[in-house]
Amino acid sequence: MLTIATGNKAVAAAVKAANPGVIAAYPITPQTEIVEQIADYVTAGDLASKYIPVESEHSAMAACIGASAGGVRTFTATSSHGLLYMHEMVHWAAGARLPIVMANVNRALGPGWNTWAEHTDAFSQRDTGWLQVFVGTVQEAYDATLMAFRIAEDERVLLPVMVNLDGFALSHITQALETVDPGDFIPPYHLPHAIDTKNPCVYGPMTGPNDYYKFRWDIERSMRDARGVIAEVEREFAEQFGRSYGPTEDYRCDDADVVVIAMGTLGKEAEVAVDRLRDEGIKAGSMRLRWFRPFPDLDLAGREVVVIDRDYSFGFGGVVAHSVRSKTGVTPYSVIAGLGGQEVTYNDIADFVRNRHPGEEMWFGVSEHV
Amino acid sequence: MYEIRIHSRGGQGGVTAAKLLALAAFRDGKYATACPFYGAERRGAPVVSFVRIDDEPIKIYSQIHEPDLVIVLDTSIMDVVDVLEGLKPGGTVLLNSAHPIAGCNGTCRYVDLTGIALAKNLVVAGSPILNTPVLGALAKMGIVTLPSARTAIQEMFADERNVKAAEAAYEELKA
Repeated sequence: MLTIATGNKAVAAAVKAANPGVIAAYPITPQTEIVEQIADYVTAGDLASKYIPVESEHSAMAACIGASAGGVRTFTATSSHGLLYMHEMVHWAAGARLPIVMANVNRALGPGWNTWAEHTDAFSQRDTGWLQVFVGTVQEAYDATLMAFRIAEDERVLLPVMVNLDGFALSHITQALETVDPGDFIPPYHLPHAIDTKNPCVYGPMTGPNDYYKFRWDIERSMRDARGVIAEVEREFAEQFGRSYGPTEDYRCDDADVVVIAMGTLGKEAEVAVDRLRDEGIKAGSMRLRWFRPFPDLDLAGREVVVIDRDYSFGFGGVVAHSVRSKTGVTPYSVIAGLGGQEVTYNDIADFVRNRHPGEEMWFGVSEHV
Repeated sequence: MYEIRIHSRGGQGGVTAAKLLALAAFRDGKYATACPFYGAERRGAPVVSFVRIDDEPIKIYSQIHEPDLVIVLDTSIMDVVDVLEGLKPGGTVLLNSAHPIAGCNGTCRYVDLTGIALAKNLVVAGSPILNTPVLGALAKMGIVTLPSARTAIQEMFADERNVKAAEAAYEELKA
């Protein structure tokens, strides 16, 4: 069906299509509309899920862990401080190999109190063993959420997936949305190690120094296998529903001398900047980084690179800029922009490219070069 | 691309007006985005919403700094907000007002949306509904078609008085 929807409502619609057994969530700005819409679905009888209105995000993830291990598909959604309050259980979900899907509406962290877009909340969970995808349109929020269930539940992966969308910039924008009937694209939930009362087992017991590292390696092995699974699922999605995605969304990159790497909505706005720069004769391209974990292989040989980080690792630098540098050997021009919803237009992004100094870091609005 | 900035006060329905307008444009076969700018919102505080309409997919998420059209749902805001800021030369202003207001540097259009809402008893929680009638004025201005305005209103609201209010605004738009 073709309609218009916000990013939040698109996520809720995808969750409805995936039909989880249990949804446990706690509302937080700017994620609230997702759980409100899901609660409406459940109340109206349009979604048969058990909806648990928990008292905190820590409990939301704990409830999803129990239900997922119990043998049903699970979903939760949060943002910012909610994600951080959930942190201990976020690690546990991945370690227990539970294919939970979570929408995280990216928002800055206080103080000062700020409800606008930033990616630091998601990056703070970078090393938990969750797959992380960042979306740039309302349609993509829907498509990526649907695919997240397929990818997480694939037996070669069995790891949770976090779908990230920019707070307000995407969660509250209204755009066109085509919903689909997933049919057998989402097969029935099957967890090989689901709790079976006829075959009692101990879950998550004391695991000593002789064994613990093997479980850690198994997470990494699945994370590596996940690259192939993601490609497979995205290919099948394209065949069935006609919309294709990849580890990055490349725009006018083929003959580009300079490539802008950004995530989320800034990555879409960068495409407009690229068009303007091309009109001036600057051969620019945009490479919107969609998957952050597992981190994709990027082909940047022979190009200058401008990375926009909507995040910061204090005492170190932009997380994406340093990730790109360490994975490709390319030294980018590192721009820190859009923190806490700071306004960044396509004209600003075009300026970043025009005034680039590879190897330097620039805080937009604070100083030209620092 | 046609860019519209809507000024209102929290609770007056400016955000919904933006969504309705985007939906009507979408039903006209155009691409459209509606984007509220959220501050520390509360009822009565000045708020702003943005709508973009184009024949191509819209990739811009930043705010509208140079609108083609400014809509003012509450003219008392004009005492505290420069609603004309960045208005393109030759741009248009649409006021919820029974009278034209001096100082609009573009083409000024006006219609008494509040009066229309009150006449049709379209009042929720003490506030007259402005976001459905304004769509009629926008249809008269050619921003969306009247059939799509009707469809958009019916998709979002069951009460037919909303459509009637839009039709009244279509007829009563001045200048």
